[in-house]
Amino acid sequence: MQLFPCPFCGPRDETEFHYGGDAGNVRPDGAEVPIDRWAGYLYLRGNPKGTAREIWVHMSCGEFFVMERDTVTHKVLSSSALGGEHAP
Amino acid sequence: MTASRLASGGSAIDRSRPIRFSFDGATVQGFAGDTIASALLANDVAVVGRSFKYHRPRGIWGAGVEEPNALVDVSGNRATPNTRATTEPAREGLVAKSVNATPNALADRNAFLDRFARFIPAAFYYKTFMWPDWHIFEPRIRAMAGLGKVDAGWTASGPADQINHHCDVLVVGAGPAGLAAARLAAGASLSVTLVDDQQTPGGSLGHRAGEIDGRPASVWVEETIAALAAGGHLVLPWTTAFGIYDHSLIGLNQRHFDGRPDTLWRVRPRRIVLATGAIERPLPFASNDLPGILSADAALSYLRRHAVLAGRRIVVATNNDSAYEVAEAVAEAGAEVTLVDIRRDGMPATSSKVRLIKGRTPAAARGKLRVEGVTLDDGARLDADCVLVSGGWTPTIHLFCQARGKLAWSEARAAFVPGDAVDGIAVAGAAAGAVSLSDVFAGAEQAVASLSETKAAALRSTGPEATDGIEAAWPRPGSKGRIWIDYQNDVTVKDVELAARENFVSVEHLKRYTTLGMATDQGKTSNLPGLALMAGITGRTVPEVGTTTYRPPFTPVPLSSFAGARAGALMAPVRRLPLERAHRQSGAVFQEYGGWLRPAHYGGAGADADRAIADEARRARQSVALFDGSTLGKIEVIGPKAAEFVDFLYYNTMSTLKPGRCRYGFMLSENGVVFDDGVLVRLDEHRFVVSCSSSHVAAVHARLEEWRQDRFGRGAVYIHNATSEMATLTVSGPNARKLLETLDLDLSLDEADLPHMAIGHGSYAGDEVRIARVSFTGDRSYEISIRADRAEPLWAHLRGAGKAFDAVVIGLEALMILRAEKGFIVIGKDTDGTTLPHDLGSEGPRAKRQTEFVGRRSLYTEEASRGDRLQLVGLAVPQGEAPLPTGAHGIKRSDGRLRSQGFVTSSYESPTLGRPVALGLIERGASRHGETIEIQHLGKLRSATIAAPCAFDPAGDRLHA
Repeated sequence: MQLFPCPFCGPRDETEFHYGGDAGNVRPDGAEVPIDRWAGYLYLRGNPKGTAREIWVHMSCGEFFVMERDTVTHKVLSSSALGGEHAP
Repeated sequence: MTASRLASGGSAIDRSRPIRFSFDGATVQGFAGDTIASALLANDVAVVGRSFKYHRPRGIWGAGVEEPNALVDVSGNRATPNTRATTEPAREGLVAKSVNATPNALADRNAFLDRFARFIPAAFYYKTFMWPDWHIFEPRIRAMAGLGKVDAGWTASGPADQINHHCDVLVVGAGPAGLAAARLAAGASLSVTLVDDQQTPGGSLGHRAGEIDGRPASVWVEETIAALAAGGHLVLPWTTAFGIYDHSLIGLNQRHFDGRPDTLWRVRPRRIVLATGAIERPLPFASNDLPGILSADAALSYLRRHAVLAGRRIVVATNNDSAYEVAEAVAEAGAEVTLVDIRRDGMPATSSKVRLIKGRTPAAARGKLRVEGVTLDDGARLDADCVLVSGGWTPTIHLFCQARGKLAWSEARAAFVPGDAVDGIAVAGAAAGAVSLSDVFAGAEQAVASLSETKAAALRSTGPEATDGIEAAWPRPGSKGRIWIDYQNDVTVKDVELAARENFVSVEHLKRYTTLGMATDQGKTSNLPGLALMAGITGRTVPEVGTTTYRPPFTPVPLSSFAGARAGALMAPVRRLPLERAHRQSGAVFQEYGGWLRPAHYGGAGADADRAIADEARRARQSVALFDGSTLGKIEVIGPKAAEFVDFLYYNTMSTLKPGRCRYGFMLSENGVVFDDGVLVRLDEHRFVVSCSSSHVAAVHARLEEWRQDRFGRGAVYIHNATSEMATLTVSGPNARKLLETLDLDLSLDEADLPHMAIGHGSYAGDEVRIARVSFTGDRSYEISIRADRAEPLWAHLRGAGKAFDAVVIGLEALMILRAEKGFIVIGKDTDGTTLPHDLGSEGPRAKRQTEFVGRRSLYTEEASRGDRLQLVGLAVPQGEAPLPTGAHGIKRSDGRLRSQGFVTSSYESPTLGRPVALGLIERGASRHGETIEIQHLGKLRSATIAAPCAFDPAGDRLHA
């Protein structure tokens, strides 16, 4: 059972979290987005071996955040609240 | 074998407390402190079980968790199938039965199978039972397979406790290494948890010679445990660390013998010290599986702890030094002992009581139901009633490997030992390949030194030191006779050779092909000999062959430990209505719907239920119906960008909605598929209430939060799930307004003030109520929302006042009929994972919307624009016919073949219309109204006519009636 550090609540069991997708998978807006671009946004995932930047949500507090972790060793490298203008 | 209990001695047993239990129907005498195995041995019970495949007689091999043979089904207050007799304490009144034997272990009626052994080698099932069909043979083979029997009638006394625990250091194993590590860690001011699977700590110190800091080992063990207890550290006996999981979570199963179920511990220590010891291996010789052939170390343990001498004429066979202490001890206890050592030189000295034969290897054991002697490789025949063997020691590195530790091959130990260190985990003692107590203590000191700067006083071994000197004796290819590698699964040298011949040379393939290392013991005694043999056959080294993957659990763990309290009503707790008590008083029959326990209807079971549902649905159309709609989602969206936010979340434009008004709309997923539908209420400029499907509230809420945080920002909107704060009572039907007028709700019900799709604010008995004129029945409806804890008087009032109108209380089943008559859909029932909004007839936003919304781009793909998409339709069948089966397919014939062109999604008998109504998703359905198609279900064909989804009051007059 992995321990994930919620930036708001601290380390908690992985069962309290849901995966929210690759970090940086920016949504392209518009009805005319090229179909390949849209398909990429919807379905194409990096599935990296090693370091991965991912969005997770801590279901207990409802907050989404960015977590960096190693998909091979399961070591958590960092976690931070969603950044930029939307930070709390 | 003539094993016996000695007149004195036995550190574990209490001779003042004799006990009796039953084994295979016979009474066995023992003492408190005995295991089932030690008591059976003391009573000279040689055959304790039958082997898995050949039904060979099998006796006790070991004295611990590695036991492959002595499995018993135990009943009583701790019913356990396939438990190891070597680890199960004997208790007064306990009933044990041997496994895989009928009627008992000694006289097993399937013993004849052994005579056919040459015809049933590894994998014979796969080759033999292929033709004509495996399923013909399967029932008989299944009946013969398996070991113990589960007592299906037995239930635990209650749920197992599950405990979460934290400490600085968790030490696994309370042998010399574990005790030393625990003592040193405690001395360095670290909090320590020490676990051991035995009743009493000490490990090998309980039966091997040793002196520590000038004191006898037993005294040192007691002092150490006392010091740990005094220091507030946790010591758990009877507790097995069965698995290491991610981020150093370690699972412990603690056994109890007082009727309580086992306890599961989830421990997150900062550091783990594995002091799990080592397991003795057998030696390979023909018929090495006969009862009376025991692990030498186990025999010493039975002698010292239980005062049981395993035989009178004993042959000890070894390839290492550790059996010498055993030979001397059993000779001292009165046995006639011959020690056969495969080595020619370099071994310890022996006393005059032991006859030593050097440089010879046992070639075969003799005997039928128990061993009668050994023949050596030079043809010499030794008579014996017991053979004690030591083929070397395999470090118990299971937990280390589960934690992704890599192993290193030690030529000196002839075994795998832990390789590179794993973060947070130290391995000490025999598990790390240490042999002498001095080495064990040095390892323990090293393990603790890496944890703390503070140094505790070092430990000194002041007595005799153990030595090893092993000369590997692996099974050899081409050996004569039947040489067992895996006792539990009946895998012999010939089976491994067969696997190699058929190219199953990878260890993982070897395991699956021959079953080597499977079942309850997971090959604790057999894995290493098996893969060493494969190395010999294929000309590789042992490390080149490698090991199979070690997975939890180390030993079997009762499922009740993992389940804990999550059983029965707590398995998946239901959500309950605030008015549940009132509904029960009205005779409601409850069912679970999407996690909520809701009234299905209000009368009877079976045919009565169908009548009650039909009656509710019919009467609802006649006058007025009352319905508890409290489960409907009520998620508030509040903030300066609330309108922009709901516009983005919904397929329909919502920002044009006027305060006080409601609008029906869809939420889509980004792939365009309809995710939820419902009514959005605009309370004021910056405040909306998302009313979503009852079973979808959590998912919709999560989705709103995701877009809020990811796209709009925390300052833009605030989202509050108010679903359970309010009860929602629905009044529906032609007389709905008249009924409401009898209540003083402090608001105008005039059509101008409260038209369809509008909300009004009133009060009831001093509490605010919100009344929404929305309808899921097609009739004039009012949804009254009130504080959940104040809903009961209002409900009672509505019911009382309703009597004058012949009001009917309806459950969810009747509501389903009413909505289906109107063609109103339920997401997930009338839609599936491919349904787009325009498939449901909602084309407008797709054609016209200019602003961005979730799922937008997906509505313009090639797939979304196909002409033959499945579209929502009604399906009419002639009066008098039964309703169409839900799930039945609309079919199409082309070139003489049948093809599905969609399916029935909802189907009911409408009591109001007097005929069935159905909804379905049918290819091009929207443009085929009036067309009759074939419907097939379970091979039967019927016909139905495609129609508009709405079968009742298509003009919608009743909304305003």
